[in-house]
Amino acid sequence: MIRVEELSKTFSDGFEALIDIDLEIERGEIFALLGPNGAGKTTLISVICGLVNASHGRVLVDGHDNVSDYRAARELIGLVPQELTNEAFTTVWDTVSFSRGLFGKSQDPAHIEKVLRSLTLWEKRNSRLLELSGGMKRRVLIAKALAHEPQVLFLDEPTAGVDVELRREMWEVVRGLRDEGVTIILTTHYIEEAEEMADRIGVIRRGEIVLVENTHALMRKLGSKELTLHLQEPLEAVPESLAGHGLELADEGHALVYSYDAAREEGGSTISGLLADLEAVGLRVRDLHTRQSSLEDIFVSLVQERH
Amino acid sequence: MKRFNLQSVKTLYYAEMARSLRTVLQSIVSPVISTSLYFVVFGAAIGTRISEVDGVSYGAFIVPGLIMLMLLTQSVSNASFGIFFPRFSGSIYEILSAPMSYVEVVLGYVGAAATKSLILGLIVLATARLFVPYSIEHPLMMLVFLVLTAVTFSMLGFIIGIWADGFEKLQLVPLLVITPLTFLGGTFYSIDMLPPFWQTVTLANPVVYLISGFRWSFYGISDVSPVVSLLVILLFLGSALAVLHWIFKSGYRLKP
Repeated sequence: MIRVEELSKTFSDGFEALIDIDLEIERGEIFALLGPNGAGKTTLISVICGLVNASHGRVLVDGHDNVSDYRAARELIGLVPQELTNEAFTTVWDTVSFSRGLFGKSQDPAHIEKVLRSLTLWEKRNSRLLELSGGMKRRVLIAKALAHEPQVLFLDEPTAGVDVELRREMWEVVRGLRDEGVTIILTTHYIEEAEEMADRIGVIRRGEIVLVENTHALMRKLGSKELTLHLQEPLEAVPESLAGHGLELADEGHALVYSYDAAREEGGSTISGLLADLEAVGLRVRDLHTRQSSLEDIFVSLVQERH
Repeated sequence: MKRFNLQSVKTLYYAEMARSLRTVLQSIVSPVISTSLYFVVFGAAIGTRISEVDGVSYGAFIVPGLIMLMLLTQSVSNASFGIFFPRFSGSIYEILSAPMSYVEVVLGYVGAAATKSLILGLIVLATARLFVPYSIEHPLMMLVFLVLTAVTFSMLGFIIGIWADGFEKLQLVPLLVITPLTFLGGTFYSIDMLPPFWQTVTLANPVVYLISGFRWSFYGISDVSPVVSLLVILLFLGSALAVLHWIFKSGYRLKP
């Protein structure tokens, strides 16, 4: 559906926001662009949507070059920006109808009604935007992006600064859209959000796509956790009977580190099994803590793997 | 690829018009009041001491200049605000991501701003009628001058709205450039009332040509030839178009 080829963007101040990006988004999928703040997520979708000029490379939207054939390319795209930007004094109905007209489509009240109903905005159609809550304003932005019946929807940080309940609601909305056949690209810096929503995840860091993988495979790779057991008495070596758990000795024998992830559990080693075995050996645990790899750790390990 | 996206232009145009309709009272009342004030102060108070200029009563003489004054300031402020506000609020993203060519974007914004200031110009023309009788010798040419000026200065306003990176700058050009040039452009006097040296200096003021040509369409009198006036407006128009072309080609302040 969208093909990005050798895309680079260097801003006039010399900042390299995107470096040689190649990416393919498939029709009908939810694709999450995952990366920390400042990684280039927004710049990438801005280039695809025509808000920022590329320095090098090209973007094809359903085969249409987004520069030489920008009309055809942009007609297919709806964009929901990160910031809540709206004209405060217009009504929901007017601003959504405006978006449709701006994309060159003749007015179609039935479609606008359908969009507003699906986003539970119908009751608010005659409200002025300044009267709406933050969550509703964000839904209005989604409605605006859907007004011209796009085939691809870009959501830039759809749940940034949104409370938990609203986040769930937003996820439901996005899934509903995908079920209607809309291809969805969303950016996020929450691993959980990418895991929850996406069919595939592209990880971006400092302007480079570090990897693109389907969510399930990526989570197996990334979802490793560490359990550190602080012992009463130091050990010289890991006891023989605990060898199956792949433990490592740390802190000069005062601690045992257990790394676990989906793969290890499939191999038969579980936390409860480990605890039972510790009991059997008679090791006394003074304290324990767990640690989940953060996004930053994941990037570091991904980047190290690559080089 | 589609040649022209009329639907998008219409949508943008009507949305811009609707924006000013929301404040219709202040957009009409304020120019009417200020024009009336000019007539009271200049027409009645000063006009009694200046009987006639080139055979036209002073009150009638200042009518074209006042309309131009309104037209220039309103065109610039309407158009500059029209494009500055979405840039400021961030909603410009929608315009930039729409399947519109830059010619279409300019047509929507500048068309709406020019329409508004034209309507205001005609309102001022009607208001003036309440104070002084006047005649229009070349109504067609009057409309040509009116439309060309409204369009040209709406383009200038659009350019200012893109250039400005804050509300101060948005006010700066109208306040420091447009208003002084209009006042010194012969709104309230004929250039040959000035000492010879200042007559020459004044000829460097582009607004002189606009007012002179416009006044010619009313009374058949002018400081400079109406043909020269027309050429100057067209030159302006051409320069504004060239700047706009450059803005959109380079993405200046719109598209990094």
